[in-house]
Amino acid sequence: MTKAQTQFLLLIVGAAVLLLLPVMSGNYTLRLATIMMMYATLAMAWNFIGGFTGYPSFGIAAFFGLGAYAGAVVQARGVPVVLAWAFAIVIGSLFAYALGLILLRLRGHAFAIATLVIAEVLRELTNGMTDLTGGGMGLNLPFFGWGPDALGRFFFYAMFALAAITLATTYIVAHSRLGFGLNCIKQNEDAADIVGINTTRYKIIAFTLSGGFAAAAGGLYASWTGYIEPSDVYDILFSIKPILMVLLGGMGTIFGPALGAVVFLVLDEIVWRNFLQLHTGILGLLIVILILFLPAGVLSFDWRALLKKKVSAT
Amino acid sequence: MTALLELKNVSRSFGGVKAVRDVSLTLQPGQIVGLIGPNGAGKSTLVNVITGVHPATAGEILHNGEPIQNLKPFQISARGIARTFQVVQPFPSMTVVENVMAGAMFAAGVMSMTEARAVAMEHLTFTGLAAQADRPANQLTLANRKRLELAKSLAMNPHILMLDEVNAGLNTAEINQALDLIRAIAARGISIVIIEHLLKVVTGLCSRIVVLHHGELIADDATADVINDPRVIEAYLGSRFAERQMVRHD
Repeated sequence: MTKAQTQFLLLIVGAAVLLLLPVMSGNYTLRLATIMMMYATLAMAWNFIGGFTGYPSFGIAAFFGLGAYAGAVVQARGVPVVLAWAFAIVIGSLFAYALGLILLRLRGHAFAIATLVIAEVLRELTNGMTDLTGGGMGLNLPFFGWGPDALGRFFFYAMFALAAITLATTYIVAHSRLGFGLNCIKQNEDAADIVGINTTRYKIIAFTLSGGFAAAAGGLYASWTGYIEPSDVYDILFSIKPILMVLLGGMGTIFGPALGAVVFLVLDEIVWRNFLQLHTGILGLLIVILILFLPAGVLSFDWRALLKKKVSAT
Repeated sequence: MTALLELKNVSRSFGGVKAVRDVSLTLQPGQIVGLIGPNGAGKSTLVNVITGVHPATAGEILHNGEPIQNLKPFQISARGIARTFQVVQPFPSMTVVENVMAGAMFAAGVMSMTEARAVAMEHLTFTGLAAQADRPANQLTLANRKRLELAKSLAMNPHILMLDEVNAGLNTAEINQALDLIRAIAARGISIVIIEHLLKVVTGLCSRIVVLHHGELIADDATADVINDPRVIEAYLGSRFAERQMVRHD
């Protein structure tokens, strides 16, 4: 079996197990799985600009928060939930596009710092526009009128669909001219320019994809939790966790970001249950160790070599 | 006949430094032109100006009669103007064939990846790199990385190719191979501008030489005339040496 076939098979098995969860398990597990898929989406969103293009964006929280508020604001004014999500995606993508026109003139560290500021600016703006957003008091979303089981299942499937679409887009990009061009930009932007790649356009497309998918996750998150506030959805951790997840899973790969999200959240859950006081410290340590020993991500680990070694040893 | 490439009073300044001043020259189809001059004369800058990397601050550049001085580098390469870099610029972790594919896919506009791979393999065979096709580009020797630059530029399907010191750092045997390769490229009807310090290379390849000194064009003539031009000798070896040469010639 080739590597691609193995991965495809694992993907099918993984998706099947996930889809059976609502039938098999309780609401707690379901909630965990929904969060996992949300973070997988955010990690894949980051991967477009950070992994494929090599531009270290710290902007995921900005797009996540913007999507959450865009969706929530129109939903609070009576727009149906699915339309509100579509609106969140449009707003997130447009904002990323406009921002890309300005920010993607910068390279490397300058770009990273610039993206870091956006979430802060948006948070302050959201705080200030009390009439529209509820400001620091937060924003309540219309109640669905469903029981917790039905609600949990609905958002589980919605998040599953979003993660699946993001993964499919990642796959398509990686195998297209776009992905090839982005890889060229990552490796040597000057050479990419001279070889005939419209580098500005390519980078803006990658950034827009990143912003659009992060905003979609934000839109879903807002409807799911039913209440959002600026300090919650513009939290810097929404920018940093996806980067860690991609580093854990494998930068610029197709399955790495989603896998990294799973590894990260499983570690988080285990550590949190066992070391309530020290959990962030221990989690941080574990991540540093993992990245030190597997710099290209969990995906690069050669499981077959390990299995062979075991077999030959016995 | 409109020239393939025509520079009209082109200048480029970096702050107060005029790296290229008021240069005018034309390139006809099928020519191999040598671009020489002492270090810092503005040779590489002139190539950067033509390819849009550092746009001209004054003057006009015409390609087949159309102005191109305001185009971006990717638009200029799509018009069939390719260049290699003095310091080779590969995509380091991509394979050799993928490097060449990039040229075919973007500048030459080959839409399908399979087709681009086939085109790339042709150019790798032509440049003698076919056996290295699936190795990462950063594992190649310097001579092979220079060949890779050539293959990548050729995949861009250019009709003008500017070679910025493709022979720097190569040994004699490698230079001779590179010269054969450049002749073979010219035989395909591609006009070549070659920046070079080695006179052997210039005299062996070019029928015409353009000399830059302090950013200015000081000579543009047939090879034999240029290398005996006192101003050129002065630029390279100083005025006293030039005077001595003149006395000897008298």
